Amino acid sequence: MNATGNNTGSEHELLRFAAAGSVDDGKSTLIGRLLYDSKSIFEDQLSVLDRTSKKRGQDTMDLSLLTDGLLAEREQGITIDVAYRYFATPRRKFIIADTPGHEQYTRNMVTGASTADLAIILIDARKGMLTQSRRHAYLAHLLGVPHLLVAVNKMDLVDFSQSVFERIQSEFATFAQGLGIKDVRYVPISALHGDMVVTRGDRLGWYHGATLLETLETVDVAGLVEHDALRFPVQLVARPDPATGRERRGYLGRIESGFVQVGDAVTVLPSGVSSRVARIFTFDGDLQHAGAPLSITLELEDEIDVSRGDMIVQTVVDAACGAAPSVTQSIAAKVCWMHTRPLDRRRHYLLKHTTRTVKASFSEIEYRVDVNSTENVTGVDTLAMNDIAHVRLRLYEPLACDNYTLNRATGSFIVIDPSNNATVAAGMIADA
Amino acid sequence: MNSLAKVHDTDTPLNVAASDHAGGDLRSASAGIKSVPQRAIRQRLSELNVLESEAIHIMREVAAGCSNPALLFSGGKDSIVLLRLAEKAFRPGKFPFPLLHIDTGHNFPEVIAFRDYRAAQLGERLIVRSVEDSIAQGRAVEQPGQGRNALQSVTLLDSIAELELDACIGGARRDEEKARAKERIFSFRDSFGQWDPKNQRPELWDLYNTRVQAGENIRVFPISNWTELDVWQYIARERLEVPSIYFSHARDVIRKPGGLLPVSALVQPRPGEKVENVHVRFRTVGDMTCTCPVESVATTLEEIIVETGATRITERGATRMDDQTSEASMELRKKEGYF
Repeated sequence: MNATGNNTGSEHELLRFAAAGSVDDGKSTLIGRLLYDSKSIFEDQLSVLDRTSKKRGQDTMDLSLLTDGLLAEREQGITIDVAYRYFATPRRKFIIADTPGHEQYTRNMVTGASTADLAIILIDARKGMLTQSRRHAYLAHLLGVPHLLVAVNKMDLVDFSQSVFERIQSEFATFAQGLGIKDVRYVPISALHGDMVVTRGDRLGWYHGATLLETLETVDVAGLVEHDALRFPVQLVARPDPATGRERRGYLGRIESGFVQVGDAVTVLPSGVSSRVARIFTFDGDLQHAGAPLSITLELEDEIDVSRGDMIVQTVVDAACGAAPSVTQSIAAKVCWMHTRPLDRRRHYLLKHTTRTVKASFSEIEYRVDVNSTENVTGVDTLAMNDIAHVRLRLYEPLACDNYTLNRATGSFIVIDPSNNATVAAGMIADA
Repeated sequence: MNSLAKVHDTDTPLNVAASDHAGGDLRSASAGIKSVPQRAIRQRLSELNVLESEAIHIMREVAAGCSNPALLFSGGKDSIVLLRLAEKAFRPGKFPFPLLHIDTGHNFPEVIAFRDYRAAQLGERLIVRSVEDSIAQGRAVEQPGQGRNALQSVTLLDSIAELELDACIGGARRDEEKARAKERIFSFRDSFGQWDPKNQRPELWDLYNTRVQAGENIRVFPISNWTELDVWQYIARERLEVPSIYFSHARDVIRKPGGLLPVSALVQPRPGEKVENVHVRFRTVGDMTCTCPVESVATTLEEIIVETGATRITERGATRMDDQTSEASMELRKKEGYF
């Protein structure tokens, strides 16, 4: 038809970030400001906004209304759930996980942070660091978000004071260091007036760093996987069908980390059987090599037993091959409980890890983490909604896994209650 | 060929890493895991490639985790993209699901013709269930002056029961509407097809819970994270055909406060209303009686992309009169079982 090819200007990188904070911190206003100043708000949205602002007796347009969601939320004046929002600049495309900041919504923050490359922590300049700032930073760190961006908001209400900003920065830095958080950036902003969000404004002349948007546009998005070893969880197995040109069985999946190339020696876990890569098939043609996060179909030279839930990795012949995953039936993990029905240690649950689902039980709760003080509480026998704990799990079949800090994809799992199929917890493997 | 070749052309970090890899340097570098330079670790894919790979992964999880899925195909641009993603996920095999269309009887004829043409071209099975039948059977009751988008829910739920589907793959996107912005990629529905926004399953990383009990089902949205612009850019990149009414053409319309209402067998001017012949294209192709085109002279995908990048009106705001009924129209429809 009318397509003429590739020159569509679509070659942007993608940055996923989470924004944490409560209504009071001005989070909705900040997101509204980013969308508004990057011209990602449309006229029909603006006219609804204008109408609603006027209906509520406000003379200026309330940007925070842009992120208002569901009827139930508007009725209660709170945000219930994570909302995903999209905007693009000429440099990047962004996906925002807009997460409510209230204490009872730890699970939302955990959800939003699980896929984020960066987390914005909003701090009200008048109030300084609060318990919830610590909680947000702790959760972002727990979920392995590589970059934190502390936005000290409402600078207009503290006369754009450099010393206020620096005091908060120094307090946060001390806290972050204690947790072992490495990459933290700080920016003073006024989301309401727009200073240092997209444009610099003229009232924060003493600040010479990047604006909030510049940071989002330039921060490195590649640092999520700390090692380059191949991890290829098998999603599906396709039978040979010479009529379609498929001579061998095909293993469908996505490369979660590392690279693979034709001829590579590979091992299938947990069985430990080895073979070599015969072919890397894609709809767009065969590849000689492929890297994360591509979805591909692998064919192996030998007819070996591979099924969904198995993981194909590089064969480790010496230390130079990169680390092999652990194959284990016992894991230590940090979990966040996400369901109103508390953990019952007498029961069995299902654990979904990459493409493998196994029966599991909680053999031990070593301690619960108080997310406000980040202190450990011992002597705990159950977990309730929003609790975070360090636990030990016994698995009825082995898993091939990595520590979460090394590999998000092969270090994470969800827990499903088989009685009602609810997702009840999320876990990060601490010691496989 | 285009997508992957393109990655390699524009992607210096990958080339560096790949050539290192072939020479064996990367392996020796990885002995000390921490010392591996970041550029070697992750392929820097463009957003379209990342979104494509995510969608393929999602489709394969449906095929593996659900026992009887179907893919909702209307002939519209979003589901055209879904079909290409299914080809990428499952070829050279057949799709592990049939295509299902809930025909409102108010569809544009060009779109229905394209639906049949594309399904035949792919050699995949197309099941059509009709809202007209639901109305004839008394299952759905038409309200004068209202479109049939809401009535589709009845036919869809009946089809899910009849075909015993446990998953329906759909082309909805989160940028379309604020209720969608909060919906999961794997969106659980109870045995009445209802969506409960306050009680959704947490969805973390790319770990999707595909489990349902008999009678329940999941709606799966592989292109949740795509925007309207992404869809057009992908259609252009993949050189996908789309129904002709997406391109500029001259059409008789009635200028209404909510948009340009297309004149058709179902919509005739009322006394006093003026019919104008205007150059328009459709941004969405839904119910003919309430889907409005926008004024446009874009006759190529490139021109549509330029217009989409510059537009100041949302896709649904410009085109769907039924979504303008109230601020929460979509949320309410979804609670009733709408996809």
